[in-house]
Amino acid sequence: MHKLLNDSPGEKIMLLGNEAIARGAIEAGVAFATTYPGTPSSEISLNLFQMSQESDLYFEYSTNEKVALEVAAAAANSGLRTFCMMKHVGVNVAADPLMTLAYVGVTGGMVILSADDPAMFSSQNEQDNRYYAKFGGFPMLEPSSVAEAKEMIKEAFELSEALGQPVLLRTTTRINHSNAFVTLGNIQKPHTKGRFIRDPYRCVTVPNVSRGLHVKLLEKLEKAGQLAESSKFNFVQGKGKFGIITNGVSFHYAEDAVKDLGMEDQTRILRIGFSNPLPEHLIKSFLAECDKVLVIEEGEPFMEEAVKAFGQEASIVIPIKGKSKELFSRLFEYDPAMVRKNIAQYFGIAYTPAPGMDTSDVPEIAMRPPNLCSGCSHRATFYEIKRAAKEMEMDIICPTDIGCYTLGFLPPLNMGDFVICMGSSVSTACGFGQATDQKVVSFIGDSTFFHSGITGLVNAVFNRHNFTLVILENDITAMTGHQPHPGVDMNRFGLDTYGRVNIETLVRALGVEHVSIVKPFKVQKSIEVIKEALAFKGVSVIISQEPCILFAKSIKLKTARPFMVSDKCTDHKDCINGIACPSFYIEDGRVKIDADTCVGCALCAQICPENAIRPLKK
Amino acid sequence: METTRLVIVAVGGQGNLLASKVLGEAALISGVPVRMSEIHGMAQRGGVVESAIVFGDATSSIISDGEADILLGFEPAETLRAIKRCSKKTMVITNTATLPPFTVGIGKGAYPEVAEIKRLLAAKTAGLVAFDAMKLAREAGSPMSVNIVLLGALIQTGALGFTKENVVEAIRRRTKSSFLEKNLVAFELGIEAAKTR
Repeated sequence: MHKLLNDSPGEKIMLLGNEAIARGAIEAGVAFATTYPGTPSSEISLNLFQMSQESDLYFEYSTNEKVALEVAAAAANSGLRTFCMMKHVGVNVAADPLMTLAYVGVTGGMVILSADDPAMFSSQNEQDNRYYAKFGGFPMLEPSSVAEAKEMIKEAFELSEALGQPVLLRTTTRINHSNAFVTLGNIQKPHTKGRFIRDPYRCVTVPNVSRGLHVKLLEKLEKAGQLAESSKFNFVQGKGKFGIITNGVSFHYAEDAVKDLGMEDQTRILRIGFSNPLPEHLIKSFLAECDKVLVIEEGEPFMEEAVKAFGQEASIVIPIKGKSKELFSRLFEYDPAMVRKNIAQYFGIAYTPAPGMDTSDVPEIAMRPPNLCSGCSHRATFYEIKRAAKEMEMDIICPTDIGCYTLGFLPPLNMGDFVICMGSSVSTACGFGQATDQKVVSFIGDSTFFHSGITGLVNAVFNRHNFTLVILENDITAMTGHQPHPGVDMNRFGLDTYGRVNIETLVRALGVEHVSIVKPFKVQKSIEVIKEALAFKGVSVIISQEPCILFAKSIKLKTARPFMVSDKCTDHKDCINGIACPSFYIEDGRVKIDADTCVGCALCAQICPENAIRPLKK
Repeated sequence: METTRLVIVAVGGQGNLLASKVLGEAALISGVPVRMSEIHGMAQRGGVVESAIVFGDATSSIISDGEADILLGFEPAETLRAIKRCSKKTMVITNTATLPPFTVGIGKGAYPEVAEIKRLLAAKTAGLVAFDAMKLAREAGSPMSVNIVLLGALIQTGALGFTKENVVEAIRRRTKSSFLEKNLVAFELGIEAAKTR
């Protein structure tokens, strides 16, 4: 049995934040869940996917976040408790349905989780998605701890049903990827079959209907505001004239700091967990008790600006600060020492931060950047494109996309010149091809192609753009931890209830005139095929087919047969300088291959001018 | 309850996250509050994996620079790289078996001498326990047990106040049964190593 289906309420176990959230959804009787994977949210969906195979829960990996939200919106409007989760930038993809779903509302409880990533541990930006709650009109909850996250998602379903409105649950990486003790609660049995009751004057958003719906949305928000006033997630801790208003993980940094600074008797903390609409009266009465207030929130001054406005309305003239050059930044994440220092400084508490470690005599240590894995097929494809372009004396530029292969931008491959979001490799290739005379070769992974590359390719065919698109088909969503996508053979997971979309058939059907397939570990043949595609005027697509090596190893599709460098090596170092596989190392000036990590892809063996790289004899 | 802050640094694949989970479980068994935070976005791709574990009454789950009470390093250069997490009061435990980054392997960066790493760690902190944990893991029967060897050394220092029995129980609960015997040997070897250093 999956550990999160353990039906022994009261038991205390250690869970990752994302596991706690998945468990909370199960305890709430969630019936329907959709997602597109994205760090830091991915383990929530992974656990729900696993649990759906041994429970009544319906779970799907949708093609992208917009699709996930629309599928979920229908389930929630059929009366089911529905959970849709994604990373923060995924909400941008889902923003179109999101903004109008706010008008339509739901009949079953619906929770939309946005996993924000302050400091960008694994994201292309650190946007603060609290604004989506305000922008669209959603009640929003924000946990401060792992245990609270589990309780909050249960309340979020209740709140959603009370208001007929989806609720936004907003987490940050330090919640998703923290571990803590969690006490298991009762598992509520889900209602798994819904019924859609026709209600066109609520559900068909033609202008005349929507005008009425916007009025209703504001009424719902007013009701939500009243609920926020008395929510247990908004509470005051301590008494004193120094006021701190805070949310999320910052609450605990502030709580620890107040204790460490010995100012507990002077300080009151307002922790905001129900943060849209903000509890106006609660905040005004809090301000009335304080001489001075500090707002501590990572990201944008979402609360700070509102708190200042409330103070003005209530004619409360006290200093209220948050973001400033001297205090808190809008950049990156906070930490306990920084919060302690700023609290001490703002409230004038004596505090001398510990002297920083003197590292002036610490020698430079080589960086350990993430790298494409040993035996990664992307490395081979990048190398071959580079060689083909060089042999054709073509100066290429390479828009790329979001996935492991983004790492191809690092030396020595240097394959990656522009990336902004999922799917952008294809559409920006259209633009670069049109705006310049440069040859454009763009890269996209298979999962990302399904997510949002297809529409760009349709655009390219219609507008007769000029570029080569390389689709890196490795049979899995690799970067986020091997989730399926529509091109995956689900029998490999032992699941026989899925369909499958063939990328080559799809690309040909879109009207792409030049389509070729390469097997990237056949180097010379691939280079010949690539050259033809590069020479083609118009849109050409190369599909590079080879399973992700980590995935292939995990399902025993491949077993490693390592290679070694023989005495024939005359030290050209083409292998190291050209492909820089992490299995290479230099010992006494000679190139060696680490047999523990080499998987035997034979890429290096094929490019060695002396044919010096050979399979290791057992 | 006193707060103890432990930072663990490792290279992706060394079993840092499992070691953290064992410590979390040991805390649960011992009735000690704990919060842990981990950064593992690109771990599988050879990057650095860092865990912060806060035992005791503090409610934060991350550790600021200069505020680690203990630094446990699974790889010597990574231990040294994490020196900014330490202060004069920090106790450091490190594996001395190196895993040079591939950038070094291909001649594109320097790897400090292990003796120099040890000298710097000892000079800048309250104390250093340094030994070849990889050798001991191999002795225990599996290089994969390097994390458990280092846990043994950590427990032997007494810095966490956990009994050996509770940690052994945590290892039983949290590690694969097929590895249990080797892990228990590895744990003992780690304890012995810390006694003699």
